[in-house]
Amino acid sequence: MLAAGLVSPNIEWSQILPLLILLGGACALMLFGTLIPGWNRTSSATVAVATGLAAVVASAIKWNDLYYVKGSTFIVNAVSVDRFSVLATITLCGALVLGVLLMSIHHDPLNGDKLESYVLLLTSTLGGVVMVSANDLIVLFLGLEVLSLSLYLLTASDRRRPESQEAGLKYFVLGGFASAFFLYGIALVYGITSSTSISGIRTDLSTNISVTTNDVMLLVGIGLLMVGLAFKVSAVPFQVWTPDVYEGAPSPVTAFMASAGKVAAFGAALRILLVGLERRVDDWRPIVFVLAVLTVFVGSIMAVVQTNVKRMLSYSSISHAGFMLIGVEAAAHFSGNGLASTMTYLVIYTVIVMGSFAVVISVAGNSDSATTLEDFKGLGKRRPAVALAFSALLFAQAGVPFTAGFIAKFGVIKSAVDVNSYAIAIAAMVAAVIGAYVYLRIVVSMWLEDSSNTDELVVSPLATLVLTLSVAFTLVIGFFPDILLNAVELVCGVADTGAIRDEFLRIRDTVLLKFLCGS
Amino acid sequence: MFSAVQPTETWYLILAAVLFGIGTVGVMVRRNPLVMFMCIELMLNAVNLSFVALATKTGDINGQTAVFFVMVVAAAEVVVGLGIIVAIMRRRTGATADDLSALKG
Repeated sequence: MLAAGLVSPNIEWSQILPLLILLGGACALMLFGTLIPGWNRTSSATVAVATGLAAVVASAIKWNDLYYVKGSTFIVNAVSVDRFSVLATITLCGALVLGVLLMSIHHDPLNGDKLESYVLLLTSTLGGVVMVSANDLIVLFLGLEVLSLSLYLLTASDRRRPESQEAGLKYFVLGGFASAFFLYGIALVYGITSSTSISGIRTDLSTNISVTTNDVMLLVGIGLLMVGLAFKVSAVPFQVWTPDVYEGAPSPVTAFMASAGKVAAFGAALRILLVGLERRVDDWRPIVFVLAVLTVFVGSIMAVVQTNVKRMLSYSSISHAGFMLIGVEAAAHFSGNGLASTMTYLVIYTVIVMGSFAVVISVAGNSDSATTLEDFKGLGKRRPAVALAFSALLFAQAGVPFTAGFIAKFGVIKSAVDVNSYAIAIAAMVAAVIGAYVYLRIVVSMWLEDSSNTDELVVSPLATLVLTLSVAFTLVIGFFPDILLNAVELVCGVADTGAIRDEFLRIRDTVLLKFLCGS
Repeated sequence: MFSAVQPTETWYLILAAVLFGIGTVGVMVRRNPLVMFMCIELMLNAVNLSFVALATKTGDINGQTAVFFVMVVAAAEVVVGLGIIVAIMRRRTGATADDLSALKG
């Protein structure tokens, strides 16, 4: 009776397997964690890591399948499964696994088993995966909210520190504010194109002649969508929440927000802008240009005046967002390798930031509050190995050659130069130099300054594991970028990262040769 | 006399824009977290009104179904937001956004 006039859609469950695994893991963890007696945080962490790894494996299988079939959209065009979404999913699940490991070393006596924290990490990853694979703006909005609502709670989850709740409320109010703008943008774009599907919007904008004129409603809609996205990627001038929230949140959550949050937001932004609004590129590219230049400079300059390492890293994450926006701007010319370089940057940044926060969490101690620059002084004497690893990661963030960070920064700047955006490339290089000062300042504090604090610094095995993985990734990708660039090359369909790779290999060989010959 | 004037979709769109504007100004001007929160809900409902008006204008059903999703999201936001506000209230009395100023720099 009820379904007489309704045709139920065909749902290809196998295509959204990583999503189902994450959802199943979250539900199972919530249920069994409550019901089984003697369940502790090790069990929760094990389940969460297993779920994350299972989702990575499912995505990797999907990646392999995509050699034979072209990426396409499923479930009434709501979800698109292509190389782009699969690579972003793998990155998000990797961030989840590292985030869970970091969460396990974070000490919180008021929240002993931390079951909810692990569940919320799983659900926020779920939201992120929905965002990067959504082909419908409403689905994308739902993913955005699942990600954001979980992150609001995680931010406010440390009940010992009042800053944590303050950060949670600030994030919540400003995040809700930005979501409302984003949603209004969806409504207005829908009003013009009568479609909320990203590919539908693309079709409508390219076939419907009536919208090739400067329709005010469409322009306002695009503007509002960009406000919402700029807030999520913390682009200047929508970055005011970032330092406060990153400082107030528990350190593992900050690491997760900085990595997974950025991947999800950029994944959504790239798909909306490059696919949905491709025809309107002349309207939105100047906005991205201004956002990118402002973001790299404000992020780098404001980081210099900070005294708290967590705050420095949050401003540095703003400046990294600016570099990614430079990649988006280059991608908007649809002829270079902007998209590939942005994806590379996201993958590399995710790993580097996780490793950096493994050190921050270890130094911050049980109260999670010793995060000023003062607390990092003399780390080189207290724990030389940790200080050395942290230095490598900070050099990577600064973009020093032979670290993964160099590949990331080199990629976006080169892709900007390739499409003749010289102004933005120069701005990026100047900002990178200013930004380097911040990282060097932390390195100098660790190695050259003495501290009265001579207590034994306890670094748990899990922190060592995350740190080792991340430093290994940084150096391996730094010396052999082909591994990552080949994968990203497949995302973009064309051999457009080949240029970066060849250029880099040429530089590497020249430098190594000079070094070996002693000249 | 007045029955001759039929409200069109544009009227509703203008009303929605005005409501959205009131919500936006409210979030920026008011200092009580609960009121700021109510203003965000007002913004979301203004968007709902636009969705329905635009769906009627274009004769497409998707805009009307979108409203249900937005309502669900708004309800979930209430749960999370009130949870955070309650957690803060247990530490201190009186809720003003200006009191929350430990984080700056």
